[in-house]
Amino acid sequence: MANTRQGALRSVRLVAWAAIAVLVLAAGMHLLGEAQKAQQSGRALPGAATIGGPFELTRTDGTRFSSSALAGKPYAIFFGFTHCPDICPTTLLEMSNHLKELGDRADKLRVLFVSVDPERDTPEHLKRYLSAFDDRIIGLTGTTQEVAAIGKSYRVFFEKVPSKDGQDYTMNHTASVYLMDKAGSLVSTLSFQEPDEQRQKKIENLLDR
Amino acid sequence: MIRLDLHTTLALAALLAAALPLPASASEVRVGDLIVANAWTRVTPPGARVAGGFLTITNTGKAADRLVSGTSPIAGHVEIHEMTMDGGVMKMREVAGGLEIAPGATVELKPGSYHVMFMDLKSGPMEGKPVAGTLTFEKAGTTAITFEVAPLGAKSPAHGMN
Ligand SMILES: [Cu+2]
Repeated sequence: MANTRQGALRSVRLVAWAAIAVLVLAAGMHLLGEAQKAQQSGRALPGAATIGGPFELTRTDGTRFSSSALAGKPYAIFFGFTHCPDICPTTLLEMSNHLKELGDRADKLRVLFVSVDPERDTPEHLKRYLSAFDDRIIGLTGTTQEVAAIGKSYRVFFEKVPSKDGQDYTMNHTASVYLMDKAGSLVSTLSFQEPDEQRQKKIENLLDR
Repeated sequence: MIRLDLHTTLALAALLAAALPLPASASEVRVGDLIVANAWTRVTPPGARVAGGFLTITNTGKAADRLVSGTSPIAGHVEIHEMTMDGGVMKMREVAGGLEIAPGATVELKPGSYHVMFMDLKSGPMEGKPVAGTLTFEKAGTTAITFEVAPLGAKSPAHGMN
């Protein structure tokens, strides 16, 4: 009799623990799912409000570009430099492909490439370099101060790395593409390491907002 | 008649050039205990001052070797670089002391990773025009190498973008 009761108690305890385990697992998966959904559906990311802000830079035709021109329009913005062997031309090409893929909807999206190497990336040089890519990509450069200012407001890291002989330098820099909604808030980021389709989906979600 | 002769000469020259053995390219080059294979680079945007070169190196020997330097007529100088991603930040630096190829190992130089960095470009790689160069290893010495040229932004030598 006692044995049976003990056995029943054990069973109850087991069931209870199992239920707790399932609940914990479900909660964890729910949280994970939410984070993923936020990225994919384009809901604002935590801390997104502190990224971005007004800026003034120079376009490749030498005219000035103000962030006020972006008001009410979603945009993709990324940072790089033309003395970059890999990730910058790759990202420029990927963004060109995404624009093409969007077809008519591409009109809704602004794409901005900001040089973090304004000393070497003059408007003329940037213009020539960008001619290999979709002409809807807006190339921007500026004074060292202007570039530092936009880097700070977008929380973009960049630094010069001098070569051994000190005659040359390369740059380390944030490689992500920021997707900003029409209110100017960060919605998600694109990485060159994720599949093309996933990036395309994020861009389309941005336009659907 | 003279025009015809000129054309004939040109055609003959082209035939001859095609028949001459080309330096090994997509195929392999052996230097000491090392096999260097699948060297490629890609078209750069106009006015680009740098380009990346990619290849694989297999060490069939019993001792480690190091890729220490390179040259190419398209570049003012060539360095051996490593690219890494660190919390969304792209970092690139020269590989200090050269890139080690352990005995038995195959090291891949590829986009987003180790690469031969053509710096101070004199002319960007163009499609259909393989790029000549040399690579120097600490033990195996120097070998000539030819880099095939893939399209702009290509992620691998075999096919184009994406
Ligand atoms: Cu490099």
